[in-house]
Amino acid sequence: MESIKPPVCDKLDTLDPQLAPKIASELGLNEEEYRNVVHTQGRIPTLTELYIYSLMWSEHCSYKHSRAQLRKFSSEGPQVLQGPGENAGVISVGDGWAAAFKMESHNHPSAIEPYEGAATGVGGIIRDIFTMGARPIASLNSLRFGTLDKPRQRYLLDGAVAGIGGYGNCLGVPTVGGEIYFDRAYEGNCLINAFALGLMREENLTRAVGSGPGNPVMLIGNSTGRDGIGGASVLASQEFDEAAENKRPAVQVGDPFEEKLLIEVCLELLERGMFVALGDLGAAGLTSSASEMASRGGVGIEIDVRKVPQREAGMLPYEIMVSESQERMLAVVKPQDVASVQEACERWGVGCSLIGRITDTGRFVVIDSNLPQDRQVVADMPAEQLAADAPLYHPESSRPAYLDEAAAFDPASLGLPRDVGTLSAQLLTLLGSPNLCSREWVWRQYDHQVQASTALLPGADAAVVRVGAPGRGPISQRGLAMTTDCNGRYCWLDPYRGARIAVAESVRNLACVGAEPAAVTDCLNFGNPEKPEVFYTFEQAIDGMSEACRYFGVPVVSGNVSFYNESFGNAIYPTPTVGMVGLMDDFRRFATPAFKKAGDTIFLIGETADELGGSEYLSVLYDEVRGACPACDLELERDTSDLVRRAVAEGILASAHDVSEGGAALALAECCIAGGLGAKAAFDDGLPAAASLFSETQARFIVSVDDLAATELVSRLLEANIPYAVVGEVVEPEEGISIEGKIQVSLEEATSAFKGGL
Amino acid sequence: MRFGVVRFPGTNCEQDAVHALRTMGFGAEYVWHQDSDLSGFDAVVLPGGFSYGDYLRSGAIARFSPVMSEVVRFAERGNPVIGICNGFQVLTEAHLLPGALIRNKNLKFLCQTVHLSVQDSVCQWLDAPKGTTFAIPISHHDGNYVCSPEDYQALCEGSQIVLRYCEPDGHIAPDSAPNGSFENIAGICNATGNVFGLMPHPERVVDGVSGSTQGRAFFEAIAQRFN
Repeated sequence: MESIKPPVCDKLDTLDPQLAPKIASELGLNEEEYRNVVHTQGRIPTLTELYIYSLMWSEHCSYKHSRAQLRKFSSEGPQVLQGPGENAGVISVGDGWAAAFKMESHNHPSAIEPYEGAATGVGGIIRDIFTMGARPIASLNSLRFGTLDKPRQRYLLDGAVAGIGGYGNCLGVPTVGGEIYFDRAYEGNCLINAFALGLMREENLTRAVGSGPGNPVMLIGNSTGRDGIGGASVLASQEFDEAAENKRPAVQVGDPFEEKLLIEVCLELLERGMFVALGDLGAAGLTSSASEMASRGGVGIEIDVRKVPQREAGMLPYEIMVSESQERMLAVVKPQDVASVQEACERWGVGCSLIGRITDTGRFVVIDSNLPQDRQVVADMPAEQLAADAPLYHPESSRPAYLDEAAAFDPASLGLPRDVGTLSAQLLTLLGSPNLCSREWVWRQYDHQVQASTALLPGADAAVVRVGAPGRGPISQRGLAMTTDCNGRYCWLDPYRGARIAVAESVRNLACVGAEPAAVTDCLNFGNPEKPEVFYTFEQAIDGMSEACRYFGVPVVSGNVSFYNESFGNAIYPTPTVGMVGLMDDFRRFATPAFKKAGDTIFLIGETADELGGSEYLSVLYDEVRGACPACDLELERDTSDLVRRAVAEGILASAHDVSEGGAALALAECCIAGGLGAKAAFDDGLPAAASLFSETQARFIVSVDDLAATELVSRLLEANIPYAVVGEVVEPEEGISIEGKIQVSLEEATSAFKGGL
Repeated sequence: MRFGVVRFPGTNCEQDAVHALRTMGFGAEYVWHQDSDLSGFDAVVLPGGFSYGDYLRSGAIARFSPVMSEVVRFAERGNPVIGICNGFQVLTEAHLLPGALIRNKNLKFLCQTVHLSVQDSVCQWLDAPKGTTFAIPISHHDGNYVCSPEDYQALCEGSQIVLRYCEPDGHIAPDSAPNGSFENIAGICNATGNVFGLMPHPERVVDGVSGSTQGRAFFEAIAQRFN
């Protein structure tokens, strides 16, 4: 392979001073930003430079509206090996193992083309994981769509689920969990948040930090085409309007087979110590990958676009630099290792080209070696300033008026029913409603068992995988639990409290499987941050989430912000999704929601209050989303979760399930359906019947225990001063599900409603 | 007992297979698709995954890998070969087994536990009485088995149908096969019983990570033959 020759001359083809600001504006840079480009460059930019700046300074790459707020998060903790700023966060999980994980949005592409949008969302997040040196072992996804009475929404759901499966199944990375919500608020902007986690030995942690002037830079994987040009700026950093369909060419197309080969070859080479640095090409393609590698390492980088294998003839330098063609990796290697890297890539049938080198100039230089010798430099930028000089905004914030109006609504004014017949029918409707019904239709389309590590199959409160390297290395008894949570409706009613609840619910879900919360990744989905009322909700949500994470002692180690989720001026609900990872000493010590045997005692841990505001009950049965968001008492959350987690890990509980959307009645029914058993219960809380059954008061669990354990559980609850009620017992399936004076349904009708929902 | 587990580009269940076999105390090594030496192996596993991305047709490209000509010779000499999921698809493409696996009848990928009823067959891989049922996971998009009437007759007459999808109680109902397989066929073998292809993944339920160890039976019988 020939080496890259340094450019001989720097005669730059700068833009016409009149034309440049117009192009800048078309690329999404405002006037001030354009002036700053000229200032950083010290001259009028070239076309390639302008493209590069427009992408690096886009919302998607620079976090210009969110950076200041994100500083509120704490990313510290003894378990943290790598916090935010890299491709993924990394924590130590014990016995020398480390877990790399991150969640990322692929909302805008998926709203245009759901299959490829969701598929490449999975592909992108998986690359972020193996880039760190970790083998991806689990993926989850958090999805939001409009209501399914609209055919377009069904199309988006079907397409996104097929895309996630199509990509993840082929890769052999199990999709082990996630969540799906439907609400009109997401009609114009579906949310596709993909979470992935990988495992590695701690010593194999690799970073995308370029170093060693003279070291070759190699591009590994797919060739580069015109797909996805401007994905980050055109799609992810603007609102949708009538022209949305025309943005389809900005959606990338995925090739999971190529990515599978990339995983194998990169992990092999990482293990052999062949990479000085490794980074994936995601949003803004080669541009962000190369410039970030240089700026993180305080070095320069030089790329010859003509050495980049191209799928199409006649690609211009800027097209090659900004293309978002998928399944590509950028590697810095030592000169003596180039041949080994080439050999491995050839063996795996993966493309590999020498496209540049690390320099000591601190400059990000792009060359087109097809041009006449004295005009080969098409971009020459200071790498560090390109990243550091990115705009930083402190947008205006103002409290939306709707908050008070919505909170003032009193659900009791609806005249809620009190008779068994109506309430039972309402329970069945809820069980079959899109947000509460069984997700089996979805996870049946995902391979959730490949890699021989899935301990708990989908459908429980959190996913559990075993720590280890089956077929490659040691196996451990340790387990990792994962969950993604966010109730957008709560966040719309009260962004601060809603975000706290998202964190608390994650903690609760982990407690049900006996896992200790270890760290968080987030995916913050909001509307247009330049609108003060949207930005207010963002600020509030960050406050709530960062406070709750500190309270529970879980650092935020990675994350992603997705703004501009708006269509025709309407923003989605504020949706700050939490992805939480928990640790288990023994992967087999988990509980599931399923009741285990007739005669077991059922406890409701926590205390129900009259909190129907923002509930599924109001939404499904009364088409009403107003009311006060449920309260969030972090101390009670911590105490109840600690107690449940210990009891699960010690094997005291026969079953455990968190009470969330749909309230205690729905949670009880779910435990019955999962276990194929009935329940004879009474909720003597003195509340109006509908509130007693369907109120979404936080910090509650439904657990079941046998006689022996019941005494132990009571003494623990008393000792911890946690409110609870013994609400009944598990009975034979024929006796159905009954809640005294409120509910009487047969197990069959409950099961068929629950399973037939999607 | 030493198993060779073949690795095509895009195979993704080879590590699970090696792990399962080693868990059971057997020797198991990877065989690269470009190698053509199977000496030293007592049995060959063609594992699941998406060999060559399943482009063109599941298993269609893998059969042309150098290792496959050797697998054919290995099988023809009477040595045991098992093809699981994508491996089953490769075996049919390589004409070591009759028929083909087409898209599931609901056109969707299916990952779930199915129930299998053991048939009276000449299969050397499974030593369980007729009517024994197993609960084993499937995970495939193209698992809908089809074959010609002549092939089906030959399979029946030669006792080559090894497994049929059934209900949890063992009853074989017309819609027990979630993928729509012809005559509920989940696994078949060749006339001599040494080549076995099946869509379900027994290697996923060997070490008990998800609670079940029912897959062990699928490797025990063949290993006993070598003891």
